[in-house]
Amino acid sequence: MKVYFDHNATTPLHPEVKKEMIAAMEMFGNPSSMHAYGREARANVEDSRRKVADFIGAHDDEIIFVGSGSEANNTVLSLFVCATNQCVGGCGMRSTIITTKIEHPCVLETAECLVHRGANVKYLDVDRYGKIDLDQLQGMLGSDVGLVSVMMANNEIGTLQDIEAITKMVHESGAYMHTDAVQAVGKVPVDVRKLGVDFLTISGHKIYGPKGVGALFVKKGIPYCPLIRGGHQERGRRAGTENTLGILGLGRAVEMRALEMPAEEERMLILKNALRKGIEERIDDIYFNGHPTDALAGTLNVSFSGVEGESVLLYLDLEGIAVSTGSACASGSLDPSHVLLATGVNAEHAHGSIRISMGRESTIEEVDYLLEVLPRTIKKIRNMSTAYIKGGVHAASR
Amino acid sequence: MLQAGEWAYSEKLKEHFMNPKNILQGENTDEFDGVGMEGNLQCGDQMMVVIKVDKEKEVITDCQWKTYGCASAIASTSVLSEMVKGKTLDEAFHISPKEVAVELGGLPDNKIHCSVLGDKALRAAINDYYTRNGMADKVKKEQVKVICQCMNITDHDIEDAVLEGARTYFELQERTKLGTVCGQCKDEAEVLLEKFKHIHFGV
Repeated sequence: MKVYFDHNATTPLHPEVKKEMIAAMEMFGNPSSMHAYGREARANVEDSRRKVADFIGAHDDEIIFVGSGSEANNTVLSLFVCATNQCVGGCGMRSTIITTKIEHPCVLETAECLVHRGANVKYLDVDRYGKIDLDQLQGMLGSDVGLVSVMMANNEIGTLQDIEAITKMVHESGAYMHTDAVQAVGKVPVDVRKLGVDFLTISGHKIYGPKGVGALFVKKGIPYCPLIRGGHQERGRRAGTENTLGILGLGRAVEMRALEMPAEEERMLILKNALRKGIEERIDDIYFNGHPTDALAGTLNVSFSGVEGESVLLYLDLEGIAVSTGSACASGSLDPSHVLLATGVNAEHAHGSIRISMGRESTIEEVDYLLEVLPRTIKKIRNMSTAYIKGGVHAASR
Repeated sequence: MLQAGEWAYSEKLKEHFMNPKNILQGENTDEFDGVGMEGNLQCGDQMMVVIKVDKEKEVITDCQWKTYGCASAIASTSVLSEMVKGKTLDEAFHISPKEVAVELGGLPDNKIHCSVLGDKALRAAINDYYTRNGMADKVKKEQVKVICQCMNITDHDIEDAVLEGARTYFELQERTKLGTVCGQCKDEAEVLLEKFKHIHFGV
């Protein structure tokens, strides 16, 4: 049996998206061209823009197509340092950026880079469930803060933040608000007007669309400066000939999300609860990461004592099951997941975690298969684990 | 999260990962003649190696192990445990991580350091055997030499940094902070950098 439980890493193309992209394969015109070829491509790009805008409650001209969620996040943070006084930082007046310790590296590393360009960066802590503390945010906000960037749903543990409440506080202080909603859009309802955010990031391949395409929502009237220059595309906000096929796929993907998402969340929750209960019943010494309720319905992150995550991932892979891990060994560095460490789990639990992320094509049979394979996999690894020998940390508890 | 393509593992490594050889069953190590433990759970990997020794010939007759470690640590220690059987204590002591990697059909560069732990634990087990049998004089102390006096960085730290991916003096500095104060150790550190690159990666 082949089981794909790594939807937070990427998703397969929705059959409808695939169909539409294949049908459009012959469309090669440049949307900037005035002739028929160009006009056909332009019509498709604008059609997709409308679909994406509709999906998140935005105006068409508030949507900029980009190459990835990472590009969108880089763009927003980079707006902060700009040579004109139109920048988000108000030309150095507001030189502080606030973000969290659990953001995606494309936010964290960009923020680090901006420090070298004169910015001051503050990082919000999270509690054991991955939630930020609004009081801490209130304490950090002030007339020096230009931008706050908080992800809506965390990719590793699935925890959702209250972006609406955060945005309200941020706007009261006079700063701009960005949310990286790559993992949230298409999984939970997202309405930019309700949230109130100034910037919001979307990625195509996390929602059964193609890779290499994303969208950035920029509220009308907000200071903006392109990251990629040298073309009039996207109204001068992102140079480079449009990825027409990708944009077309993204448009179709959000359309399908709008249709399927409402019924899917409940089904995802049923699968996750079955998975959580099954793991609890079958395996001792486990620890669930992330928020028990305020979290993505399809994401379950669990740590196994005395077990190193990468070996779990690879044993499951050999049995046809794809998951991911926050283990250090898998990433080639010595530090395990920065997200798990930020939630305060001990290093052993951070090393011994796996993330199971389900999606639209996941079934209860797949959950049952994982529940059949996982206990013997953990048993096998623990049987060879030093953590379970005399003097080891878990020997006494058995 | 695991990046695709970072574990281009050989068939032999997969076989040793799927069916590791010589895992110590249970908790009892009393019947063994030497026990070595290296690493700790906080750092994300730990290794225990136990050996039985033919005392007359000083030959290893059995080698078993346990680990809290990744696929590379599991597979490389499994292979190591097969390699040392029948070897004299002295021969076994001098098996290098590179020989183990070769036996496995190669390891991705960023995984070499995972395989080093089995080696260290084996040496600790051999030293334990010497100590228990009144041959403390034979205990081979790992020679440690401080290279960077300012930051207290040893030749072992440099070797570890190379195994973890440092290839240039700058990368070595990034990882160890060596030579970041007075800078007097630069020449010696560069010689060691080249030496360990050659030993472990043949470059």
